[in-house]
Amino acid sequence: MKEFALIFRLNNTTDFKPSPEQMQERMNWLAGIASQNKLADKGNTLLPTLAGAKTVRPNNVVSDGPYTEIKEFISGYIVIRTDTIEEAVEIAKSNPIFKIGGNIEVREVLKRD
Amino acid sequence: MKPIVKSSEELLPHLFRQEYAKMTAVLCRHFGLAHIELAEDIASETFLKASENWPINGIPQNPTAWLYTVAKNKLKDYFKHTAIFESQVKKQIIASPISDQQDFEFDPKIIADSQLAMIFAVCNPGNPMENQICLALQILCGFSVGEIANAFLTKTETIKKRLLRARNQLRKDHFRIKELNEKEIRQRLETVLRTLYLLFNEGYFSKTNNQLIRKDLCSEATRLALVLTDNPLTKTAQTYALLSLMCFQSSRLEARTNPEGEAILFEDQDKSLWDNALIEKGNYYLIHACSGAEVTKYHLEAGIAYWHTTPTDQKKWEHILQLYDQLILIENSPVTALNRLFALAKVYGNEKAITEAEKVNDNHSNSYHALLGYLHAERNIDTAIEHYQQAINLTKSGTEKKTLIKEIKRLTKKKTHNKII
Repeated sequence: MKEFALIFRLNNTTDFKPSPEQMQERMNWLAGIASQNKLADKGNTLLPTLAGAKTVRPNNVVSDGPYTEIKEFISGYIVIRTDTIEEAVEIAKSNPIFKIGGNIEVREVLKRD
Repeated sequence: MKPIVKSSEELLPHLFRQEYAKMTAVLCRHFGLAHIELAEDIASETFLKASENWPINGIPQNPTAWLYTVAKNKLKDYFKHTAIFESQVKKQIIASPISDQQDFEFDPKIIADSQLAMIFAVCNPGNPMENQICLALQILCGFSVGEIANAFLTKTETIKKRLLRARNQLRKDHFRIKELNEKEIRQRLETVLRTLYLLFNEGYFSKTNNQLIRKDLCSEATRLALVLTDNPLTKTAQTYALLSLMCFQSSRLEARTNPEGEAILFEDQDKSLWDNALIEKGNYYLIHACSGAEVTKYHLEAGIAYWHTTPTDQKKWEHILQLYDQLILIENSPVTALNRLFALAKVYGNEKAITEAEKVNDNHSNSYHALLGYLHAERNIDTAIEHYQQAINLTKSGTEKKTLIKEIKRLTKKKTHNKII
């Protein structure tokens, strides 16, 4: 089994706070993965607020906010356990994030240990 | 129409099961487990007083608070008497440790802590597993010896002996939660979880027909697991997985028996009776159970329970079969093997499952015959009835017998119907 990080991206901070229904939908999606024994790490949410996100660049340049490119920012991640990247992509496809214009990056995890 | 106010005969047994254990646990903080009998005496006397008082004076507005006030007063009386004994009879100055033990409260935090201590005391690895469960049923769930004997389908004498041995072991151990270090707690946690799992199953798959006992057992086991998630040392991935399993199973409690206490087969259950709030909690805890590489029996069983409560997914049975394939590697029990075959039948058809089942060939088990009966029912009614009949002869559960007899009747009817056509 390989592990893949699913990195969630949104491009509008107002979408960040989910409604109870959206929260519900996400939980259902996650539970579906967990119940197949494929959720390796439930991951975390990354706060996009100005107080909670800064970008550090060379020469001590620090900018406020989570933006790396234009308006897009990373909103969170989880790690799943599947045999192939195709299977991981299939799982990602059923995430409700696409309804609000977000996207998901799927990346194989190379363990450091 | 049902009266809204319950009579004390109805309320007391339920309250007893719910509060007796908590009360004993809190009282034990003052006596230590070596004197658990003292704590139990006070708790018993409290309930005795309620059973005398309530039918005459009516049920107090807050029955639980009433019980705790009485228990508190009884504890004070006890300490007063000991103090008199210590100071006058033994001609000693008032023993100081007693006075500062007097102020005790039944607040939720203390109850939870005391119960946690009790759970770990009960799950003493010095006791064999079945003795632990007997003790847990008695101390944590307020079961009588008769009820435990019922649950285990054994004689009351056997249970009495088991309890006596288990209690002696506890006394020798002088257990107190504060004295347990982190390592010991971690070591015992596995046994603790196992005991709670078995407690829950005792309620969920119980042989007894008493609905109230069964539900009390399930909710008590769940509540105790919840207590474990409050403590940083005990809220492990495994604990969350077990709690998730309990939530998923509990969500179907209302739907799986009819008012007569007969089991309703999964496919015939009224899904509108499933408790959605519990399913959501199950989801939540299952997600929390996924941290770290550890995959336990509880993870897999919670996963299986999840798919049972998710009626829409087309690949449902494939997922369930996959989980059983993994589960059987961790724990190869006959029950798991048979459940796996049921899932196999759903995915690959009954014929294939029958071939596999014949390899298992567990002729002495009622579940084995019940499964074969089910698998044959579509194509081969006579063989199905034969297996059901054997299952009836082998089972000790009245509920299961009833369900199987019903199934035979249905098949016989179908057979004659087929003939007419």
